[in-house]
Amino acid sequence: MGEPQTGPLLTTPLHALHGELGAKMVPFAGYDMPVQYPTGVMAEHNWTREHAGLFDVSHMGQCFLIPADGRFETAAAALEKLVPSDVLGLKPGQQRYSQFTNEEGGILDDLMVTRLGHPGHEHWIYLVVNAACKDADYAHLKAHLPADVALKIAEDLALIAVQGPEAVAAVATLAPDMAGLKFMTSLDLAIDGIWAHVSRTGYTGEDGVEISVKSADAVALTQKLLADPRVKPIGLGARDSLRLEAGLCLYGHDIDTTTSPVEAGLTWSIQKRRRTEGGFLGAARIQKDLADGAPRLRVGILPDGRAPAREGTVVKAADGQPIGNITSGGFGPTINGPLAMGYVNRRFAEPGTPVLLEVRGKDLPAKVVTMPFAPHRYFRG
Amino acid sequence: MATVKYTKDHEYIRIDGDTGTVGISHYAQEQLGDVVFVELPTAGKAVKKGDSAAVVESVKAASDIYSPVSGEVTAANPDLEGAPATVNDDPTGKGWFFKVKIANPAELDELMDEAAYKAFLNTL
Repeated sequence: MGEPQTGPLLTTPLHALHGELGAKMVPFAGYDMPVQYPTGVMAEHNWTREHAGLFDVSHMGQCFLIPADGRFETAAAALEKLVPSDVLGLKPGQQRYSQFTNEEGGILDDLMVTRLGHPGHEHWIYLVVNAACKDADYAHLKAHLPADVALKIAEDLALIAVQGPEAVAAVATLAPDMAGLKFMTSLDLAIDGIWAHVSRTGYTGEDGVEISVKSADAVALTQKLLADPRVKPIGLGARDSLRLEAGLCLYGHDIDTTTSPVEAGLTWSIQKRRRTEGGFLGAARIQKDLADGAPRLRVGILPDGRAPAREGTVVKAADGQPIGNITSGGFGPTINGPLAMGYVNRRFAEPGTPVLLEVRGKDLPAKVVTMPFAPHRYFRG
Repeated sequence: MATVKYTKDHEYIRIDGDTGTVGISHYAQEQLGDVVFVELPTAGKAVKKGDSAAVVESVKAASDIYSPVSGEVTAANPDLEGAPATVNDDPTGKGWFFKVKIANPAELDELMDEAAYKAFLNTL
């Protein structure tokens, strides 16, 4: 999972705490991050599915778009030129998943877009972007935003995810007002005296929240959350197996500058008005993919046997002709077996289609399946 | 007690006459994490010292297991297919990978004994 490094690794405000908790640290996107704690990936994965896992995702980029005229529509219209999702339609506090697209309709990064709901800040847009892409994303925003929409990069914020069926109950013990929050909405409130922005969202397929908090308060908040016996710290290893079972894309692997959102199966994140009107970078290709069908599609692939098929594995049709590649593959503790996702020629994308995976020179039988592998358990109210 | 020798890649070979039982050390299983799949050589396969002879997969990644000696595989552990986690629970006992008929006993001299392996681990 490590990325090539140049220069010293960055650290998050929770770095020392990871050490105290016995984490094994690895380089990830330029940061020294916990890949696992002493219990290990399998136990951490299962704990998150059964109780509540706490993830330090402070390496991710957090920024705000602030319109000079104080009108949300000004910031939303500017962002809509860079993403295919409906931003103008966001209600205060509402959040959407989207992508920064390039001129060719490929994906520069995927991100969360939130219209802040806090009184006096309802014209602000809050973005959370991937750590490995954040510098490029900020440059992209600066290059394209009009003069009357300011980019405010939040260097002083940490981000903590709490995920799992007991996550909201645990956080609500410290902040009762957030219990009724619905999936993909957010709230600004105090968590046991610590001011935070809480979004009911995540990257595990479970119910849960992501909490944006001042870096200076991050350790105190984390310790309050970990004091609850339902909440345990979880590393990047389990974060990856959890998101894979949930069928969620990992940027740089399942989506990149060559994949269109339609190919990636993310058409649901392009609302109807945007599909018709276009008006974002790469709209021509994306509208063509929508009209004609994408030449290849991201699908779930379930090996028949026990051998995992990793990223880069060639996918073949039953007759042996290559039809695509695995982009994420491994082992799913919840489904207790190997699982993968990847791109195949659209003629082979129908669930149930038998395929072959070339693993160490052998063609292993597998099937195209619908995702997620483990059911999503979001709280939609 | 049988002699056990180690490679720098953390495989062990327990020597019993002209046969060796190969597996991975406690340190190796700890580094790998939860083992979810093991691919083993079939009996009769000829292996060379240093060749990839088996593959062990954790949740995170796949790793090659190199044969500590040259020879012919005489058996593979049948229990690992259904219970790969045995490699974590008992790496030097029930979690063995394969048995090999040692072709060239002189190759054993190039491996570390228990004390040398412990000293090697301290350098990591």
